[in-house]
Amino acid sequence: MTNGWTDVANADVVLVMGGNPAENHPVGFRFVMQARLRRNAKLVCVDPRFSRTAAVSDCYVPIRSGTDIAFLGGLIHYALSTGKFQKEYVRQHTNASFLVKEGFGFADGHFSGWDAARDNYNRDTWQYEVDGQGYAKIDPTLEHPRSVFQLMKKHYARYTPEKVSEICGCTVAEFQRAAEMVTIAAAENKSGTVLYALGWTQHSHAVQLIHAAAMFQLLMGNIGMPGGGVNAQRGHANIQGSTDMGAWNMLPGYLKIPRAHWATLDDYLKANTPRKLRPESLNYWGNTPKFLVSLLKAYYGDRATKANGYGYEWLPKAGETDNHGWGFFFDKMYAGKMDGLISFGMNPVANGPNTVKMIAALSKLKWLIVAENFETETAAFWKAKPLAGQYYPAAADPAQIQTEVFLLPASCFAEKDGAFVNSSRWLQWKEAAVDPPGDALRDQEIIARLFLKIRELYEKEGGEGAAPLLHMSWNYANPSCPSLAEVAREINGRDLTSGKQLNGFGELKDDGSTLCGNWIYSGSWTEAGNQMARRGQDDPTGLGLFPEWSWSWPANRRILYNRASADREGKPWDASRAPVRWDGARWVGDTIDYKSDAAPGDFSSFIMLPEGVAKFFTPDLVEGPFPEHYEPAESPVDNPLHPRVSFNPLGKVFTSDRDALGTSKDYPYVGITYRLTEHFHYWTKHTAGSSQLQSNFFVEVPEELAREKKIHSGDRVRVTSARGKVEGPALVTKRIRPLTVNGKTVYQVGLPIHWGFAGRVSGPLINNLTPSVYDPNSGTPEYKGFLVNLEKA
Amino acid sequence: MSPDVSRRGFVAKGAAAAATAFGFDLRPAQAAVRELKISRTTQTHSVCPYCAVGCSVVIHTLGDKAHNVKPAVVHIEGDPESPVNRGTLCPKGISLKEFVNSDRRLTKVLYRAPGAAEWKTITWDEAFTRMARAIKSSRDAGFEEKDEQGRTVNRLSNVAMIGGCTDTNEINYLLSKFRFGLGILPYENQSRL
Repeated sequence: MTNGWTDVANADVVLVMGGNPAENHPVGFRFVMQARLRRNAKLVCVDPRFSRTAAVSDCYVPIRSGTDIAFLGGLIHYALSTGKFQKEYVRQHTNASFLVKEGFGFADGHFSGWDAARDNYNRDTWQYEVDGQGYAKIDPTLEHPRSVFQLMKKHYARYTPEKVSEICGCTVAEFQRAAEMVTIAAAENKSGTVLYALGWTQHSHAVQLIHAAAMFQLLMGNIGMPGGGVNAQRGHANIQGSTDMGAWNMLPGYLKIPRAHWATLDDYLKANTPRKLRPESLNYWGNTPKFLVSLLKAYYGDRATKANGYGYEWLPKAGETDNHGWGFFFDKMYAGKMDGLISFGMNPVANGPNTVKMIAALSKLKWLIVAENFETETAAFWKAKPLAGQYYPAAADPAQIQTEVFLLPASCFAEKDGAFVNSSRWLQWKEAAVDPPGDALRDQEIIARLFLKIRELYEKEGGEGAAPLLHMSWNYANPSCPSLAEVAREINGRDLTSGKQLNGFGELKDDGSTLCGNWIYSGSWTEAGNQMARRGQDDPTGLGLFPEWSWSWPANRRILYNRASADREGKPWDASRAPVRWDGARWVGDTIDYKSDAAPGDFSSFIMLPEGVAKFFTPDLVEGPFPEHYEPAESPVDNPLHPRVSFNPLGKVFTSDRDALGTSKDYPYVGITYRLTEHFHYWTKHTAGSSQLQSNFFVEVPEELAREKKIHSGDRVRVTSARGKVEGPALVTKRIRPLTVNGKTVYQVGLPIHWGFAGRVSGPLINNLTPSVYDPNSGTPEYKGFLVNLEKA
Repeated sequence: MSPDVSRRGFVAKGAAAAATAFGFDLRPAQAAVRELKISRTTQTHSVCPYCAVGCSVVIHTLGDKAHNVKPAVVHIEGDPESPVNRGTLCPKGISLKEFVNSDRRLTKVLYRAPGAAEWKTITWDEAFTRMARAIKSSRDAGFEEKDEQGRTVNRLSNVAMIGGCTDTNEINYLLSKFRFGLGILPYENQSRL
């Protein structure tokens, strides 16, 4: 979240789209209701299904799964064509005034630069026009035909209310009512928030979808404002923290993974330290060398020296265009080219797409290590045939599966201390209450003992790549079970000269004299102690920021981009709820997202971006500088905007023999997946209370479709896709209205996710149905908006 | 509610008022039952492990102070001081005790040999020895110190690692050291799903 849960209460209008907080984040949803009580806020809910969030909304609009960009593009067009946007905010705080190179354009589904031979873009025209010093040229009047503002207007001119209706399936009147309501935030003294979840991130164009939401929020002047922002309601207790600590292509703190062509530290820093694109830009990522060198000191300790590039050579380097993301390595595993998998609290058989392929892939491993609280489907994948043969008739018998499996009893949250990062970016420290049961160990002990055991083998026997392994620093007081407090202090970082904990990332150095395990967390454990364990109740701004409750990254800032809550001269857009104020010498209130003692006019307002301002237009995403509506990989219709380029030209579709895609001829309905309030993901089917409250899988069938198929509530139905099937009782519903899309009636079928073949209660895994199709920027699978058939079982 | 009447006191009073309807006084007995649940517990501050709203919880344990007794979780409730949840919890959060104390929790190291139809129990020492050997064999076979152009790459891509979103920052950081020590490139967590 750019803002946070408690801040939602400051909103005047709340757009919930791609999420259902009333059921899936019920405690967070209190703040939506508080906004209504305090500010008479309006709630707009856009969702394929009339959820419980929809049930309490002021305006509900049903849309077809996978058409959110069309809807948001419609909102952008509505704002620009009616003038309902915050003009001074757009002029001062965004790249609307920047000029784009000659030759940029969009036609018939492709942006300029499409290279059909390579199936990829040449992005040369997606750049700013620059002057002799390399600074982007601007036109503050926003009238230049190649200004971002005019290009944006032109791009979204196609997204008329009629076109939105044709694509999404809602009526023109429904769209317009929502558009009128959400654009009340265009007023300088109004703000609106956007709450989303996996209904947005699980599409083959998901990152562009969130880009579209950010564009809309910039037009409304909502970024940096209390009650504003673009707010991801994340679905796992520390999914934010594990993201902050890296992914296949990231080091901790969002530093890019090294690549083979950046052979030395200098090469890496030269390629990845951005140069500012405007003279007034602060360009904070210009400090990249300090972040990386301090991380290398944390990783390699005294072995990291200036002479050896602080051990940079020991980090693994991916090939220039390699992708080692989820879809790619599981596809490689299915092809028999992976040896082993280590899973720490993850359950890919349940939560990855295309379960049939996943089970077959794991069957080809030499070994699998799973650390868990329960026996999950992943740990027990080799029992798929005996336990759930009706869904996996082609799975191998256990006797044929040669995979060696280790299932390690790990500890649960109550048995460990440490910090979880919630959606608000708050690092909340917890204490351990009890010991793990039986022989179960704390996770840090499992990791440490395994790591030290492997090192022992290399020390004794030698082996490939011994240096990177033996040089990794592990000098904890108790190496075989490091104290998490000690680890947290290392993450915060310290000055190696004085030995003192750092106060924040402002103190990091690029000369090897500071150590820091994750620069964005620097400030979380200072000389003053553990800031994450703070329990202060004060709220000096009255905006629900609670600056002394836990600690928020970065720098305890509660609202990201808060400098943009005031104009260029520092005058708040809404004096009644200014999160930050310039007192003549420094900024007071929330931790300013700016230099704390720099006067309002010294720099532009978005300090993390080379432009110094927020971006409508960005060359960074692979399928275009502006979001464009593309259909899901399986869709009931061709793209009404450009039928010949229906699907995202860069969407990743795997093509193994288990990766079939269906067509609407065989699979006429759209499948939508969702959570129920009584269950958490695939865990709570192991606990008694949740299993009793929701014991059975079911299929939510629109009543019109049920009538057509002569299906009654309780009848057993079978849902099939080109990949697999699920079976369960039908729940005939009014909540999923049939939609008219491009003149055709489209039914959507509701599929809750929580069951599997391991648990106190069992049922089909919903990912039997979903495809191995991925967003090209994030690598997230397209779990939403796939095609199915439905019949009586 | 006035500050001098606690929530628990309020509940106990309500129960006592109902009890007098039986014609004899059950109050001492019921008050004792009410008090037993958490009056002698140790309270520990924690955070719910489910979604990322980040509700703070108070874990009540009993047995902490007795010799030779392992403390057990007897109650988990919302932390009234948290600005996020102010003591409230959702239907999943209120049943957290069942998760911690579930009889389905794994308490032994389980091992499934190639081709086997059942788990068998092994010791941690045996598990660490076998796992380390399996990882080393795969790493020795798959580790690339140089790529085809002779550039130093120090990478491993025939072993993948996943997880972390259910665990703390500190565990994730240790996993990053484990991963980069081994040179593992295929590494993902729930945020990509």
